[in-house]
Amino acid sequence: MTTPTTAQDAIGASELLALYEQMAVIRRTEKAAHDLFLAGLVKGTTHLAAGHEAIAVGASAGLRPDDYVFATYRGHHHAIARGATPEECLAELMSKATGLCKAKGGSMHLTKASAGMLGSYAIVGAHLPLAAGAAWSAKLRGSGQVAVAFFGDGATNIGAFHEALNIAAVWSLPVLFICENNLYMEYTPIGSVTAVPNPAADRAPAYAIPAEIIDGNDVVIVADAVARAAERARSGAGPTLLEARTYRHFGHSRTDPATYRPPEEVQEWLQRDPLDIARARLAALGVPVEDAVAADDRANRLVEAAIAAARAAPPPDPSGALTDVWADGGSQWRT
Amino acid sequence: MAHVGGRAADADMSGRATDPTRALGNTVTYREAVAEGLARELRRDPAVVCLGEDIGAAGGVFKTTQGLFEEFGPGRIWDTPISEQAILGLAMGAAMTGMRPVAEIMFSDFFAVCWDYLANEMPKMRYMTGGQVTVPLVVRTANGGGLGFGAQHSQATENWTLTIPGLKIAAPSNPADVVGLMASAIRSEDPVVFFEHKGLFASKGPAAPDGYVVPLGQAAIARSGSDITIVGLAATVPMALAAADRLAGEGVSAEVLDLRCLVPLDMATVLASVDRTSRLLIVEENPYQGGWGGTVASIVADEGFELLDAPVRRVAAACVPLPFADALEQRVIPTVDSVSAAIRALLAY
Repeated sequence: MTTPTTAQDAIGASELLALYEQMAVIRRTEKAAHDLFLAGLVKGTTHLAAGHEAIAVGASAGLRPDDYVFATYRGHHHAIARGATPEECLAELMSKATGLCKAKGGSMHLTKASAGMLGSYAIVGAHLPLAAGAAWSAKLRGSGQVAVAFFGDGATNIGAFHEALNIAAVWSLPVLFICENNLYMEYTPIGSVTAVPNPAADRAPAYAIPAEIIDGNDVVIVADAVARAAERARSGAGPTLLEARTYRHFGHSRTDPATYRPPEEVQEWLQRDPLDIARARLAALGVPVEDAVAADDRANRLVEAAIAAARAAPPPDPSGALTDVWADGGSQWRT
Repeated sequence: MAHVGGRAADADMSGRATDPTRALGNTVTYREAVAEGLARELRRDPAVVCLGEDIGAAGGVFKTTQGLFEEFGPGRIWDTPISEQAILGLAMGAAMTGMRPVAEIMFSDFFAVCWDYLANEMPKMRYMTGGQVTVPLVVRTANGGGLGFGAQHSQATENWTLTIPGLKIAAPSNPADVVGLMASAIRSEDPVVFFEHKGLFASKGPAAPDGYVVPLGQAAIARSGSDITIVGLAATVPMALAAADRLAGEGVSAEVLDLRCLVPLDMATVLASVDRTSRLLIVEENPYQGGWGGTVASIVADEGFELLDAPVRRVAAACVPLPFADALEQRVIPTVDSVSAAIRALLAY
């Protein structure tokens, strides 16, 4: 991949349309997850990423297929952006044998290792050192791969964030730290619990890591920033931190109606929907509106078929509960 | 009901008749064996890489990595900041992507500051991804008391890790086993916590032969006997052997088992020994409350009840933090005296 000089140079009309369609697939999958939960078909909880689509899809566009990504419990969008199908994601959420993780992980642990999507982690910040470790491994093996940790604004106040940034900088690791700053750590405004205005970017200088604040709702801007940071990492120049501003369309988790957010703020951000921004960019590139509508239709059909297939899939065999602890497939701990 | 007479002949059978290291003499220290075990695997497999605080040029605060930096260089032996979460997190991320990292946490007490990785990340990743990910790594740590390091640098924490499904646990008692178990731990596809006992670092034993590998989950009969089975781990093995030697003079034939690992737990060897001796004493350095001996005792009670002629007894640390002064610390953790007293009491039952 050549280094793009501007975002517009990097992504042409046909690629942007493909990215738009991916975002549409994620949006509809998240809507399906929401509806299936309300229908009692999804257990536990979900943390929906509707509103965050441009970060996952843009980042994926800026990376190599063999790069590694590590996501949080709000990670459906990253699994799909890296190649997991809506069907295997929804089947996992619906506790089906055909789920991405054989129904052992659930919504918070979607993983597609074969596509370099090395997990969704539900302990805040825990995966930042893991991404640094994957980057260390790439450096040791000389593979030219980079690793990416996606995390929320809330993770910037936990110790693992700071330990990971420091060692990644000191060891000059090919890792990207991408903060999805949606302004709220769970139910609390991030600004009320953080002494600096930009919770991730303002910490980076303390670790001598270059940081950039970007519009996380513009898939082209995200793709451009990630491609530049990845190129820098591959060149041996070390980690980059990106703070991508975005907004949740739903609450923190299933039980949260997000009433703590001012209505005018919600309205302002809904006006900045990442799908709308991508559609406007498509129009500016001369792509007929029918093409975007056709992409929406394909996304709808894909997710509808995924819902039907996931609903029809069998539940896991209970014997599976006692497998996969050890690499030999079993769970034996004594003789 | 005591039955301790006429067992001197049995006591003479003690020792390590089946141990291939027996003829080699007490030539290396436990601390040298740690570096040797690491060096052998570093030479054998280029995917092995070590990280930890002061393990490189300094050779480790316990000198357990002495010489590795000189032989393998900074590309294999990495000094880290004081960042235990980063140490274990980096090791895990590297293990998931083709490396075989060996991470050092300087004192096992420090597991508490990186517990997330031991409790939530390493042991669960394979399971919760439906088997998509393997985590072949070793977490080495200096464990245990007896050296006057005080409450935050002296605990025996092997029972902490025993509570976590998904971790394998090795705790060698002698230099050859350090090398042999290190080989198995590093070659394991699963995460292994490797407890090196601080009180044993200066102890000597036979060197491990070339290519020496001790499989995980195979207990050793450290001393054969017929009156009582004493199960120990790491530092409590030489302690039990010393007590057994002492009581041999009183006509007691004690069998001492070295568990070597807590996971996999070799209960077959324990139950077979209890079948021969009918009495079981468990000696553990972690606190009685929640200690690993409780698991061993419960399995024997469940599956070996009819083998027993006496209650199962446990000598474990008192349920208090580790004190500083020797006189206080020796009151808290097991000693040759307390083990000897327990043997006598159990034989008198």
